[in-house]
Amino acid sequence: MFKYLKQLTSLVAMVAVLFTFTTETMAAKKSKTLKNTQKKGFVRCGVSQGLPGFSNADAAGNWTGIDVDVCRAVAAAVLGDANKVKFTPLSAKERFTALTSGEIDILSRNTTWTLSRDADIGLTFVGVNFYDGQGFMVRKSSGITSTSQFKDGISACTNIGTTTELNMRDFFNSKGISYEPVAFEKADEVVAAYDAGRCDTYTTDKSGLAAQRTKMTNPDDHIVLPETVSKEPLGPVVRQGDSVWEDIVRWSLNTMIEAEEYGITSANADSMKTSDNPQIKRLVGAEGEMGAAFGLDNEWNLRIIKQVGNYGESYKRNIADTGILPDRGPNELWTKGGILYVPPSR
Amino acid sequence: MNFKLKDIGPQLITVLAVVLVFGFFTYNAQVNMENRGIDFGYGFLSQESSFDVQFSLIEYDGSHSYFRAYLVGLLNTILVSVIGIVLATILGVIVGIARLSPNYLINKFAAFYVEFFRNIPLLLQIFFWYFAALRALPLPQDAEPMLGISYLTIKGLYVPAFIWQNFNIFFYSVVAAIIAIIVIRTYAKKVQENQGKQAPVLLISIGLILILPLLSFLIGGVKLSFEIPVLKQLATTSFIYEGGVSLPPELIALALSLSLYTATFIAECVRAGIQGVGKGQKEAAASIGLNPNQVLKLVVMPQALRIIIPPTTNQYLNLTKNSSLAAAIAYPDLVLVFAGTALMQTGKAIEIVSITMFTYLTLSISISILMNWYNKKIAIQEK
Repeated sequence: MFKYLKQLTSLVAMVAVLFTFTTETMAAKKSKTLKNTQKKGFVRCGVSQGLPGFSNADAAGNWTGIDVDVCRAVAAAVLGDANKVKFTPLSAKERFTALTSGEIDILSRNTTWTLSRDADIGLTFVGVNFYDGQGFMVRKSSGITSTSQFKDGISACTNIGTTTELNMRDFFNSKGISYEPVAFEKADEVVAAYDAGRCDTYTTDKSGLAAQRTKMTNPDDHIVLPETVSKEPLGPVVRQGDSVWEDIVRWSLNTMIEAEEYGITSANADSMKTSDNPQIKRLVGAEGEMGAAFGLDNEWNLRIIKQVGNYGESYKRNIADTGILPDRGPNELWTKGGILYVPPSR
Repeated sequence: MNFKLKDIGPQLITVLAVVLVFGFFTYNAQVNMENRGIDFGYGFLSQESSFDVQFSLIEYDGSHSYFRAYLVGLLNTILVSVIGIVLATILGVIVGIARLSPNYLINKFAAFYVEFFRNIPLLLQIFFWYFAALRALPLPQDAEPMLGISYLTIKGLYVPAFIWQNFNIFFYSVVAAIIAIIVIRTYAKKVQENQGKQAPVLLISIGLILILPLLSFLIGGVKLSFEIPVLKQLATTSFIYEGGVSLPPELIALALSLSLYTATFIAECVRAGIQGVGKGQKEAAASIGLNPNQVLKLVVMPQALRIIIPPTTNQYLNLTKNSSLAAAIAYPDLVLVFAGTALMQTGKAIEIVSITMFTYLTLSISISILMNWYNKKIAIQEK
């Protein structure tokens, strides 16, 4: 009898555990993510496995990059400290599963916003923090200076699990060129194989090409061809179904971009509180109730600007000063000839 | 009655627990997928895949369906597994026997090989063969021809393609030769059992397998020509070979590392099998006048195989499953094509992972069934 009792107890315990899990899944639907984040004390952020300028860890494990700064901005807004972020490096293949399964709360990993991703798989894109396009890199010695010189039989190295694979097919098909796709799971292996001469060209987003070029044995031996063959708006992603969290991430990014527009920087943010411009005052928490709708205090946006800086500062620190893409191109403010344009904070 | 409950009770509880756990996970997945707006269904399999694959045994491009992409991946997995199993078995048997050689050099060399290759993680070996060995290979334009017709380059191995005329006649001639050999062998065995006379079966077999296909060329109208790969320039420093058959370096590196790694384990199985046969068996066989070759073939091997087959089956299964490491070096196997690209493009994680798991399960069970059948065939038949 004792024997059964033991088995029975373990069974009851098991059922009880299962039941608590189930009820928890059913309950707490309203911004569970914000509540959990504040309870844990850090923002769970999915980033790349190392893409200089976007998300890259140094030897000491400190993450930097414009994708990283989006997560830091959210941490500054909801937790008051931009350093309270836990970064999870993810491969292109793992990234969406990690987000939808709840392992991370923000995916900020140079991810292209497309219809099927937004609509199909339980994700919501909140904005664009980098306008990119797919390009090709070749060896200088090949003499190729334009994609129009590509010939039948060309081999192209790339990553799996990205829009790159689809664009590549569209591009070569439209030109009527037969090609050999060599697709790896990790970016480092793509670089190694291309560098070894396995492929004639390496194709991915142009920002990625510029960043990965720095990893080649001899970066000066390679050039990025001028043509851009696709639109790649990259931006942070959240899970579908938590609209408050979605708004927090969206407006954290918008705050950074708008701060640049109004000339608010990490250095002058505090002094801007006494500005005459009500729009500026709203952006530094000195006017209106801009945080209430999210369940945040009024200075959430001021903290973002003070701790992380505006978009221009982030771009300069991570992408321009590191020599990846000194020219901002389309990622310049709309007032300066670029296409960065965000809705107003008011 | 009480006795019966005691018997069935724990089993009922176990079954109930399994069903509950399984049910919970299914329910939980359903609720979470619904909350996050993810649809469940296998309808995507008929949609257009719109991505290309580097290497395929069947005709495929992005305009085919995801199901076709699945087949491409599956066939590539089977291809590398079959190549790996064949090479690993040949190498494993040779090394296993070499380890028992009285020759010190051969013996130690085999032992060194086994200890070296089985103690390095397979993924590292794959990286070594792909990246380290690949870098050492010449670019297409610098490659020296092997036998004047084949080129081993950084972009792959290029070999001539066979172009057949009346291939079916050649094929039938080979089939006819094989049937003839089987008939002659059976007959020769009978003669030996009845009259004690031995026929030179091996010589006759070799003769048949050479002469019949040769006849098909001479009088059957079979013609064979080769298409030799030719260097083609794509850009100033970028070349490929055109024509012939090209084997991608990813396939070569993967097949090589899988077979070198698994062969060490098979070698140990073979050694164990041979050493497991009693010494008295060999001595008895020698004492009735069999030569060493016959001792191995007629007395030792039939008994050793019974010990060798079951653990070797495990190694075949391991090799097949290990082939999924292909994703690391861009060989388009099931995991890379289907559980990789297709999963990413569709976002159907649960569906695709379940199909992939089920496929590997089916592959493994098929190998098990085949090997168990063979094992039963060679087992001691009680009369």
